[in-house]
Amino acid sequence: MRSLSRTIDREDLRDAVALASAIALVGASFGALAATARVPMALTMALSLLVFAGGSQFLVVAVVAAGGGAIAAVAAGLLINARHVPFGLAVGGNIAERWPARLLGTHVMVDESVAFSRARGGGTRSRTAYWLCGALLFVAWNLGTAAGMLAGSAVPDPDSFGVDAAFPAALLALLLPSLRRADARRVGILAAAAALMATPWLPAGLPVLVGLAGLVAARLPASRGREA
Amino acid sequence: MNWPAVLTLACGTYLLRLTGVVLRDRMRLPDRVERYVDLGATALLVALVATAALTDGSGFAGWARPAGVAVGAVAAWRKVPFVLVVVLAAATTAVLRYLGVP
Repeated sequence: MRSLSRTIDREDLRDAVALASAIALVGASFGALAATARVPMALTMALSLLVFAGGSQFLVVAVVAAGGGAIAAVAAGLLINARHVPFGLAVGGNIAERWPARLLGTHVMVDESVAFSRARGGGTRSRTAYWLCGALLFVAWNLGTAAGMLAGSAVPDPDSFGVDAAFPAALLALLLPSLRRADARRVGILAAAAALMATPWLPAGLPVLVGLAGLVAARLPASRGREA
Repeated sequence: MNWPAVLTLACGTYLLRLTGVVLRDRMRLPDRVERYVDLGATALLVALVATAALTDGSGFAGWARPAGVAVGAVAAWRKVPFVLVVVLAAATTAVLRYLGVP
């Protein structure tokens, strides 16, 4: 950790700050939504600090605001977060050497930190990138939540700034290097198609998991080779 | 919303995150499986991009958001710096919405 500041790549820092700025806006809208839904401040902060998974946080507040039960809300939130299991498998080996640090790093595993780290390949730079992105997003998300909660309905809709387009675009930009591989591209296209087709029929969170069906495309080259 | 619900979600989410990390630590994965784990992460992230770009709830997100994501995608493909990709995507969507595109 002592050498962390020396090992941080300036470009990585700039990119992570860009993501963190965007996430702060979304965090503010989460805080405002929770305040509007009359969720107590301590609970709202606990969600952002302890859950730290935006999609599930918005979902549980929305379910409760719509009059749904807490059990249904938690179940729906956990379903959305199930994708962290395969994420953990993919990046788990490169979070930290020792368990205490690994347990801490596990908490900042979000879509962006996973994609950010993977975009830097493996090794030290990718590990530093994971912590840099995860830590900045964690701070920005929580500061945003607190600010949004206090400002309440004065918080403008982040959609009017196009923030909802910024995240998929950012993730895609981070994914492009890995999509240079033909097998990854095939898997990706099939995953996107499967998830989109599932969206009208399945509850939030499941369509993304259905995307794992894209893995069947990973088998294609070998089987085609055998037939040829 | 109450404390048991928040703490259950928090513990559950942490355990989901930890499961993969622990499994990874316990197992020595053969290269073939390693490739699937890596491609699996790609599959999930691409699925996430597709659904986040095109859908809202169970329906279509409207044109402004996918248009912004498309502009960002082209920019990223042309190797425009990451920060600019993010800004271009957001700005495109924001301008389209300002002009009344849903």
